[in-house]
Amino acid sequence: MSKKDKIQKRTDFWERNRKTNGYLLKKKIGEVGYRVIRAVLLFGLCFLILQPLINKLSVSLMREADLYDATVINVPRNWTLTNFKMVDELIDYWKCLFNSAWVSLLCAVLQVIAATLVGYGFARFKFPLKNFWFGCVLLLIIVPPQTIMSPLYLNFRYFDIFGILQALGKEPLNLQKSMAPYLMMCATCMGLKCGLYIFMLRQYFRGVPKELEEAAYVDGCGNLQTFIRIMLPDAKSMIVSCFLFAYVWQWTDSFYSKMFLGKIELLPKGLNSIAGRIDAYVKSSGLGTQASTGLLNQMISTGTLMAIIPLLILYLFAQKGFVESLSQTGIKM
Amino acid sequence: MAKKRKPRNLRRRNAITGYLFISPFIIGFLVFLVKPMIESFRMSLSKVIIAASQKEGGNGFIMERITTWKESNYYRAFFYDPDYKNRLVDSLKSMAIQVPAIIVFSFFIALLLNQEFKGRGFVRAIFFLPVILSSGVIVGLEYNNTLMSGMKDIIAESGEGFSITASLETILRTTGIGGKILDPVFKIIEGVYDVAIASGIQIIIFISGLQTVSTSMYEAAKIEGCTAWESFWKITFPLVSSMILVNLVYTTVDFLMRTDNQVMDLITLKVNPQMEYGLSAAMAWSYFAIVAAVLGILSAIISKKVYYYE
Repeated sequence: MSKKDKIQKRTDFWERNRKTNGYLLKKKIGEVGYRVIRAVLLFGLCFLILQPLINKLSVSLMREADLYDATVINVPRNWTLTNFKMVDELIDYWKCLFNSAWVSLLCAVLQVIAATLVGYGFARFKFPLKNFWFGCVLLLIIVPPQTIMSPLYLNFRYFDIFGILQALGKEPLNLQKSMAPYLMMCATCMGLKCGLYIFMLRQYFRGVPKELEEAAYVDGCGNLQTFIRIMLPDAKSMIVSCFLFAYVWQWTDSFYSKMFLGKIELLPKGLNSIAGRIDAYVKSSGLGTQASTGLLNQMISTGTLMAIIPLLILYLFAQKGFVESLSQTGIKM
Repeated sequence: MAKKRKPRNLRRRNAITGYLFISPFIIGFLVFLVKPMIESFRMSLSKVIIAASQKEGGNGFIMERITTWKESNYYRAFFYDPDYKNRLVDSLKSMAIQVPAIIVFSFFIALLLNQEFKGRGFVRAIFFLPVILSSGVIVGLEYNNTLMSGMKDIIAESGEGFSITASLETILRTTGIGGKILDPVFKIIEGVYDVAIASGIQIIIFISGLQTVSTSMYEAAKIEGCTAWESFWKITFPLVSSMILVNLVYTTVDFLMRTDNQVMDLITLKVNPQMEYGLSAAMAWSYFAIVAAVLGILSAIISKKVYYYE
């Protein structure tokens, strides 16, 4: 736009304003004011959400002395990376990271496969007692895992489905030390928040036009082939986002991993043990009998940050998968 | 004859395939949910003693039926245990404040984020970030972090009148307006961070609901002379009321089932170091019953008001 045009436009505006007895100006001011207020509000709320993260980052980059310095608020005076190195020494970060990565991957894949099959079954087939079973899915969502925690624990301690092993005259298996119980639970839709994934996927499959499937049936596809060739490619985005949720939630979960995966060094477990280990570390290096609160909290902040950095990176790349999928499902009750 | 039987066969085949598809769920449900639930219910009614081996009894533990009401685990949970009742009341109270706050907040934010402006995707991403970070262990650590409060003290000492909300609060309190009525408001303002990080999914659900409302309705209303305020209450609100129900149920479940919930914490604590299996099961069951009752009542009330546009 040239300068002349701009001037032209401005005079136009005043001309029009005069013609409407000042209504246009009032409206314009209202609009701009609204925009400014909205921007301030949203900026404030975004800052509120990000602030703990920023705080953790700054704490993890300072020396301990900076914590007691009242003039240092967010920007460290003495930059350092020793905190990261120390956390790595304390919890063996790379090993934990690697373990967390593959355990979450395995669990998430199993969960999503199971949830996709079940969700498709609920969305597309008519069978007796369907509503009853779907009610069971909803029940699964609202049953607190703590209710069944102790029987489940003992169940796997003396594992024996329907007394098959006893009938064969063998001792029940002790599965408490392996990953098998949790993997079995994941594969049978009983893992972390699995009811939710079934619900989301069923909702998605219900929205796919029936004609697609009918065309496939007419062309001679069987049920399974239709599912694999037609429905799966169609639901790819939804499945990916369910997988992302499963992965991320599994990553940060401490309840199930404490109960079933106690033998494997995972990040949440490492984080929880930092407090205990730092004392021992300080004692062994002869710096004192106990770690100072400042140092302890610095370690926890750094550890938390290190645990969530991979998730943040994942979120950066797959942000669309997380956000858009939920709005696609068209959740209704 | 063969022709007549065909539809029935198809239906049956459909049913069998359907059952095959949902079979993983059925197996898991029966083995890993129903069976432990029955056992836990039995535990809650009895005294549980851990047995050394399989031969001594059942499943590695022995259950002795408790017959008198005074000795039962439920009675002990509610009347002997000092923590349980307090924690239960506390978490229900904070639910009563937090859940409406979360719904209103997320609805408001969804309205804002549904409008066109620069950087909308970025802002949406930030609001959704807590869903990924605020689950499981990280929230637990957040609460334990005493450092931040320590730092706040230092800041409060060095700078006077730093907190606007606090000074506003004292002004409002000393002038004597409201008093008790304003208390929940202050609580929400103090807890705005908790509200903001708990409303990620709700915002997305509301946005998806808002996007299904067709713009032609607003245009028609505008031509008829509706103000924005009126068209909000007459068009937007009824059309997303079903989303309010969904969000209400989701928020309540989410709030009461979080692993860092006080009651959940206590139930876990009873099992892990204290080995009180029966008591813990009784607590879990009564908690579950209360949660189910709350959900039932809430959805029964709200679903009557929900308007479905077909």
